[in-house]
Amino acid sequence: MAKAKTAGRLQLKKDLPLIFLCLPGAIYLIINNYIPMFGLFIAFKNINYAKGIFGSDWCGFQNFKFLFATDDAFIMIRNTLLYNLAFITIGTVLSVFVAILFSEMGANVFAKIYQAGMVFPNLVSMVIVAYIGYAFLNAASGFINMTLLSAFGIDPVSWYSEPGAWPVILMVVYIWKNVGYSSIIYISNIAGIDRGIYEAAKIDGAGKFHQIVNITLPMLKPTVIIMTLMAVGRIFNSDFGLFYQVPMNSGTLYSTTQTIDTYVYRALMERNDIGMSAAAGFLQSIVGFVLVLGANLLVRHVDPDNALF
Amino acid sequence: MHEIKTRGEKAFQIFAFVFLTILTIFALAPFVLIISASLTEENTLAVSGYQFWPKVFSGAAYEYLFTKAGTILRAYGVSIVVTVIGTAVSLIISPMLAYPMSRKDFRFRNLLAFFVFFTMIFSGGLVPSYIMWTRVFHIRDTIFALIIPNFLMGAFNIFLLRNYFTNSIPVSLIESAQLDGAKELTIFFRIMLPLSTPVLATVGLFVGLAYWNDWTNGLYYINDTALFSIQNLLNRLMQNIEYLKSGSGITSAVGNIDTSQMPSTSIRMAIAVVAVLPIIIIFPFIQKYFIKGVVIGAVKG
Repeated sequence: MAKAKTAGRLQLKKDLPLIFLCLPGAIYLIINNYIPMFGLFIAFKNINYAKGIFGSDWCGFQNFKFLFATDDAFIMIRNTLLYNLAFITIGTVLSVFVAILFSEMGANVFAKIYQAGMVFPNLVSMVIVAYIGYAFLNAASGFINMTLLSAFGIDPVSWYSEPGAWPVILMVVYIWKNVGYSSIIYISNIAGIDRGIYEAAKIDGAGKFHQIVNITLPMLKPTVIIMTLMAVGRIFNSDFGLFYQVPMNSGTLYSTTQTIDTYVYRALMERNDIGMSAAAGFLQSIVGFVLVLGANLLVRHVDPDNALF
Repeated sequence: MHEIKTRGEKAFQIFAFVFLTILTIFALAPFVLIISASLTEENTLAVSGYQFWPKVFSGAAYEYLFTKAGTILRAYGVSIVVTVIGTAVSLIISPMLAYPMSRKDFRFRNLLAFFVFFTMIFSGGLVPSYIMWTRVFHIRDTIFALIIPNFLMGAFNIFLLRNYFTNSIPVSLIESAQLDGAKELTIFFRIMLPLSTPVLATVGLFVGLAYWNDWTNGLYYINDTALFSIQNLLNRLMQNIEYLKSGSGITSAVGNIDTSQMPSTSIRMAIAVVAVLPIIIIFPFIQKYFIKGVVIGAVKG
């Protein structure tokens, strides 16, 4: 008994410096990440700052009822899901395609420069992307209206009040910003494939195209599946910058640019509607969590090594 | 070593080369458009629009930037300060948290790993964070608002560091240091950190980029223009222009704006160029670390 106690004390003495080391980081995560998790209860309160957060009245599902009584709920959920589906499918196809091109080009100085060039858009902020978008799209002097459309004699379009155009515009921006970046993982995957397999196929008379279809693509399949499932797990989240900055926060575009993230922000900051905002945010957190768990379950089914947990 | 290539393979290689050339041009052309605009004479920009090559050259926008524009230089300074402090603090506390997780003899390592990991899959979202930072910590309109929320530490980077400590630094090194009577803190600061420069460079790069590019904290918590980062300044300038164009009156949240005081289009584009410049300059040197970090992170986050 006394021995066990000393052993425990010894162990604690041994652990203490390590505990001390992780303290600042742990405290940060508690404040920055964990307290807001518990703060999700706000969605069920009728927040009144005069009474304080904890003193405000509980209101059950009232905030959710109000939220779903508006068109906003349907629009933002539809947009979030549809954009994500488009991004996942088209983004994956293009990233794999680009990765194959890079692997065919071989490792040389051009490949390195080209990869730097194609990754670069991923490194700039969405504010800059919005500026670039503005240079192309603004009605009075944008490149598209002034140069492209006028070359074909087409009348200028005021893009920032044309909701129908935005699914295409946002898709293009997404591809431009992300494909180079997401191809990195596939490039490293292809580099890891045993060259001998290709040599053997070559001896059997398989051409380049056959090698790609029958060797490269099947070898990439596990990674594609895993990346896709992880993306599906995040399907309830959207890139706030892409949907807030690039459309220039234009109200006329909400029908095609509003997502859950932009709604939560706008309800909270622009309309001061904590209830609705918290309700939408709560939904996003909980559904997102369930989706991640589900996606991970599927990943574990496909390839246990790549499951998150 | 020279591989013998068939004609089909050569054709394929040429196809790949040509196609990637085109894609790279597509990736970079938009930057050329704003650089060109920043170097175009203001009236020409209004009359003939944005072009990939300035019709009438003018360095006036940059001259204005570096001589008259106190706010812009100040915002640039804020961005630098926030990026440097944020990255430095992150590079201290992140490895400090990751290291114990890598120690097989640390009793709480699994608990700690789960504690960090859980923040990756569940989040309280904007509303509770916003209320906490503004109502409890009163962070609004302080420099801390740009540094502390969200970016100081992320689970992704912690795992990157942990994996490096576990896989790339031999346990025997730690054990022999312990036998020599070295204290845990000494082992960490004198042995682990100096041996981890590659992963520290990668993490520092991710964190630094995130701080430099961040506009969200400023959007949520900063109203005082003196504390605007370069991203927030750009954001506000664009909002004001759009706001004026929409013709919805001058009195509202944005306040009174004197149009003559608004930087011209070429100046705004010049600010955008200057905001991207540091990334353009450092990227060739950091490309290696960046790619490596992305690959490792994607394989096992």
